[in-house]
Amino acid sequence: MRLAIKELIRQPGRFVTAAIILTLIAILLMFLGGLLDGLIRSATGAVRAQQADAIVYSEDAQASFLRSRIEPDVRASIEAIDGVEEVGGLGVVQLGARVPGNGPRDLANVGVWGYELAPDGVPEPPGPGEAWADEVLKADGVEIGDELLVGPSRSPLVIVGWVEDTSFNGQGGLWADVDTWRAVLSENRPDAVLADGVFQSLVVRSSGGDAVAASINGAVDGVEALTIDDAIDAIPGVTEQQTTFNQILGVTVVIALVVIALFFALLTVERTALYGVLKAIGARSRTIFAGLVTQAVVLTLIAACIAGAAVVVLDLLIPPGAIPLYISASRIVTSTVLLLVAAVIGSAFSLRRVLRVDPASALGG
Amino acid sequence: MTAHASEATPALQMADIRKVYRMGDNEVVALDHASLTVGADEIVALVGPSGSGKTTLCSIAGGILSATSGTVTVGTEEISGYGDKELTTFRQNQVGFVFQSVNLVPFLNARENLLVVDELGRREGKPARDRADRLLDELGLADRAKNLPSQLSGGQKQRVAIGRALMNEPRLVLFDEPTSALDTELGGQVMELIQSEMKARGTAAIVVTHDERITEYCDRTVRITDGVLAA
Repeated sequence: MRLAIKELIRQPGRFVTAAIILTLIAILLMFLGGLLDGLIRSATGAVRAQQADAIVYSEDAQASFLRSRIEPDVRASIEAIDGVEEVGGLGVVQLGARVPGNGPRDLANVGVWGYELAPDGVPEPPGPGEAWADEVLKADGVEIGDELLVGPSRSPLVIVGWVEDTSFNGQGGLWADVDTWRAVLSENRPDAVLADGVFQSLVVRSSGGDAVAASINGAVDGVEALTIDDAIDAIPGVTEQQTTFNQILGVTVVIALVVIALFFALLTVERTALYGVLKAIGARSRTIFAGLVTQAVVLTLIAACIAGAAVVVLDLLIPPGAIPLYISASRIVTSTVLLLVAAVIGSAFSLRRVLRVDPASALGG
Repeated sequence: MTAHASEATPALQMADIRKVYRMGDNEVVALDHASLTVGADEIVALVGPSGSGKTTLCSIAGGILSATSGTVTVGTEEISGYGDKELTTFRQNQVGFVFQSVNLVPFLNARENLLVVDELGRREGKPARDRADRLLDELGLADRAKNLPSQLSGGQKQRVAIGRALMNEPRLVLFDEPTSALDTELGGQVMELIQSEMKARGTAAIVVTHDERITEYCDRTVRITDGVLAA
């Protein structure tokens, strides 16, 4: 093992090419992972932020806010279920907003939310005609105090503060009281007008946790109650994005594995004579192989560290909201672990070659 | 003088060794009923043309190859029935090798090349480091301890290789054409060094060569032709 580390330190030139390729692959892996996380975050933020145990849609809505409609009597029956502590109306309308100072066609994509129970990180509903704005809208030039003109009817909304991570389908959240939201909805989407007391969905807080979703489905007809996790997965496109990206990430890890396997196979061929001598003077195959794996792991760790630093810097350089990139420590760590597994498996392909080195090859020139 | 088993115990006893290689349907006999005894501090020159079986004999004596039949005893240890693992342990402790092409680890300096033996084998630590320093001093390489093989001359490299072979205080050292890469003068110096080091330690040696001049530095010459030994 010490031999292997000494070689890395004393002959770094031999490993530079592999290290560069591995670093690029690690950057790709972490960057793609960051994009996936960013996309999922921007698609699901508003739902994830709900401090609730269940979200209730109408049964035929397929978990779409716009298609869903819950009447007051249904709400009353849900409120009557054992264990239900709080029920709040929740609705959204997705529109373009004119931002002061921007061109007339330069619209910011927003989701105007009406809410009764404050989600995580969102204060209590602001006054009529006001909204808390998601920070991603800063990229569109939105500032506190701005009056945004929302939708084709140019409904005015004054921004009174910032909230974080509440985007939905990639659109920045504007969080308003239910009357303001209802007004914006009826002015801009006459096809989707809701009468007073009617909501698109309900968020439910209960004493029994997630189980309340099943209780509601069992007790109330015409509704579909989902846990928050299920509601996140039910957002159109989320599962598809995850599947697609995970396949790309998987292929990237396989490429890393192949690069490591090929590099160490070549290195082993190059060292056959040296390994023969080492075996003749008493090295076990195990020791030689452990050295090889150590080198692969150290090389991958170095590549992952450089890549981790690079994507963090990239994340800082890219203006917030420009692309949906979200770099997290957990993504960097997961990517690193995946690459390390690839390193161990990749270098293991050289095991047979190491075992086959014959110490007798050292003698006889 | 390093204390080994009693002077009377030979360093190597090979009795009736056969080594047969199978090549397809054919059998190639590399060693044919070879018997050889090397005394405790004896230096034996093994002379023969290419392909005569010198290297095979050396490999079997050093526990690198197993004989097809016959017995090999190094000191008091009979290794004929050993498996790969036991042979590896045996090589770590009982024999030293000096190879034809100088095979030092290129990224380790002279001192570290000696210590490799300890790292791969006994892992003694300080005593091994002291022994390496003493050996380098004896071999006239004290001021070259920190040099990489690429910074050493051919003769110096061969001396490091001799040091490496002596690191595990072996009973028997096998020299495979130790002077073939050196000119006559340097070759002579290296052989003198081998002679004095072996005699000072009471360690036995087999020197494989096809250079007759080497035999003058040895106690005895054994000739081998087509796998058959002739004293």
